[in-house]
Amino acid sequence: MKRRLFALGLAAALCLSLLSGCGAKSSTPSGTGSSGNNSAGGKVYYLNFKPEQDAQWQELADLYTKETGVEVTVFTAASGNYETTLKSEMAKTDAPTLFQVNGPVGLAAWKDYCYDLTGSDIASQLTSKEFALMDGDKMAGIGYVIETYGIIYNKALLEKAGYSADDIKSFADLKKVAEDITARKDELGFSAFTSAGMDSSSDWRFKTHLANLPIYYEYKADGIDSTDAIKGTYLDNYRQIWDLYINNATREPTLLSTKTGDDAVAEFVTNKAVFYQNGTWAYNDVAELGDDNLGMLPIYIGVDGEDKQGLCTGTENYWCVNAKASEADIQATLDFMNWCVTSEVGTTAMCGGEGAMPSGQPGMGFVVPFKGNLESSNPLVNIANQYVADGYEPVSWNFATMPSEEWKNGVGSALTTYAANQTDANWDAVVTAFVDGWAAEAAAVNG
Amino acid sequence: MEKAIKRYFPIFLLPTLAAFTIGFIVPFLMGIWLSFCKFTTVTDATFNGVENYVRAFQDTIFRHAFWYTALFAVVSLVVINIVAFLIALALTQKMRGTNIFRTVFFMPNLIGGIVLGYIWQLIFNGILAAYSTALNLNEWYGFAGLVILVSWQQIGYMMIIYIAGLQSIPGDVIEAAQIDGASGPKRLFKVTIPMMMPSITICTFLSLVNGFKLFDQNLSLTAGEPAKMSELLALNIFNTFYGRTGWEGVGQAKAVVFFILVVGIGLLQLRATRSKEVQQ
Repeated sequence: MKRRLFALGLAAALCLSLLSGCGAKSSTPSGTGSSGNNSAGGKVYYLNFKPEQDAQWQELADLYTKETGVEVTVFTAASGNYETTLKSEMAKTDAPTLFQVNGPVGLAAWKDYCYDLTGSDIASQLTSKEFALMDGDKMAGIGYVIETYGIIYNKALLEKAGYSADDIKSFADLKKVAEDITARKDELGFSAFTSAGMDSSSDWRFKTHLANLPIYYEYKADGIDSTDAIKGTYLDNYRQIWDLYINNATREPTLLSTKTGDDAVAEFVTNKAVFYQNGTWAYNDVAELGDDNLGMLPIYIGVDGEDKQGLCTGTENYWCVNAKASEADIQATLDFMNWCVTSEVGTTAMCGGEGAMPSGQPGMGFVVPFKGNLESSNPLVNIANQYVADGYEPVSWNFATMPSEEWKNGVGSALTTYAANQTDANWDAVVTAFVDGWAAEAAAVNG
Repeated sequence: MEKAIKRYFPIFLLPTLAAFTIGFIVPFLMGIWLSFCKFTTVTDATFNGVENYVRAFQDTIFRHAFWYTALFAVVSLVVINIVAFLIALALTQKMRGTNIFRTVFFMPNLIGGIVLGYIWQLIFNGILAAYSTALNLNEWYGFAGLVILVSWQQIGYMMIIYIAGLQSIPGDVIEAAQIDGASGPKRLFKVTIPMMMPSITICTFLSLVNGFKLFDQNLSLTAGEPAKMSELLALNIFNTFYGRTGWEGVGQAKAVVFFILVVGIGLLQLRATRSKEVQQ
């Protein structure tokens, strides 16, 4: 009898340890308290893309739960792992009800999961139809943040080198300034550009954001907004600007393959370089240089008529509602989205800067394409707005039409190889990855 | 007691069996089924026949990963086993401090693959930077780097198995050979190694399969750069599944091919070395 009890006890212990193992796993994504959950009203599970705004979303979710009693779970995917996380989360019983795609190409993978947002409350809040992501007649996604990138520069250093932003109105000017700074590098104590790191934490700045410019001009010249076969008309310009970046930087071009995004930030904030290509989202990283010290230039690549070119403005963050979630969950999610962009707490949290969150933490500092948008406190955003006000034409974000991540990686690898050894043959490899890779990937994705 | 075990074996077996079923058998069967499907999430798939397999074999990067992995597995197998065996021989001689050496050689095995990958990446790049190049600019730098890393990590482990094998050889056999006038190398090749075959079987099996399955070290050391040329099979499968929209099924098909390959090679190798084992 004693022995039997002992055996049972052992077995029970095994079972318990097994079960507790399972239990712990399934509860990982619950980052928020679930006080006052009314199960009849559905719940929200937001799979957030932006790690830098995780704290704000968590707080916002808590506030919403306190206000309405609806349970909101926010889970943030690690940087660069959104697609991976989304794929595994979507397979679960409690799948995300609110997720995001990066544009038409991301939508292609997830369109069966996108709830038609036409006629929803949040759709009526949009300031322009341009920010809705359409799949035929279906409104599959809604852009929730507008961002801008260009060449951020350090005003004090530029002045020290004897120039001002007014001297740079074209690629030729930029080249002249950059090469002059390089020539006097030892005397000045700083370089023109931060290192164009091709580590995965930084390579998107070049294989995606910089590559947008030749694509933008090609689309513009051909009067199209998407293609299955890029011609690469402006690739020589791409080479020019890439050459300029890598040969006038803080680091030898041969060392770029291992340089990270943090390296570039560190060089910029410690006054080692004047120019740093990045966008409004990077403000918090470079804020210590002082708001008045930061400026932004368009990325000139030497195309005719670029004197009117502005900064690159667009979005690759579209909110989608999971169509396979239950009715109640979908409704709860739509209500939550609407609350975020209409309520005072929601809009201040999304648009505000320093101290915008009720807890005193900084807000997300977004520009949102909704009627409730507030004045931004992010100086980079204000610079971007100034460009538009001054009549410069913003460059649209066309990288959502890039056929796949695979294509970007191919271009990135070729750029890295070229940076290490700048021969024509290696540039041809970039062109091949760009043009032939585009056609191959477009065919692979559609076929 | 024996009777009790017979009566209650399901109770003892069930938890482990349940875990094994949930953690291995179900995903395995699901994986095979999914390799014939088109899907975005694993719970929502539609059947599309052998198309995934066709696409998998048309993928030039996959074919490259195939022979690159095979080469890597063979090279790492040879290096790891020879070095581990020599160290084991050295550390079974009567000398002071062998235990300290054994501990030190075993220690790299206690560090996780991802961490090792990043540490060695820093070391290699630090050295290569002096020659104005980097690990991710040449697939053979990556290859050599992986071999060095994996050897460093696994030699200690194999060494322990070899030491155990060496210590289990009865002293009288060696002594008899010595009295019969066998020279040192002769004793090694004619007596010690044949007696060691069981350990050699285990070690070669482990290092071969580890070589084929290598993932974390590959991911953190080179991440497949340049242009996927240093991508081993496991990483290629992962990247196909998660990195490419619409290729999830192809990744799954590759995984099934990979499974068959590893099992096949493992069995062949086991049979080959088993046949050389001698009765003690």
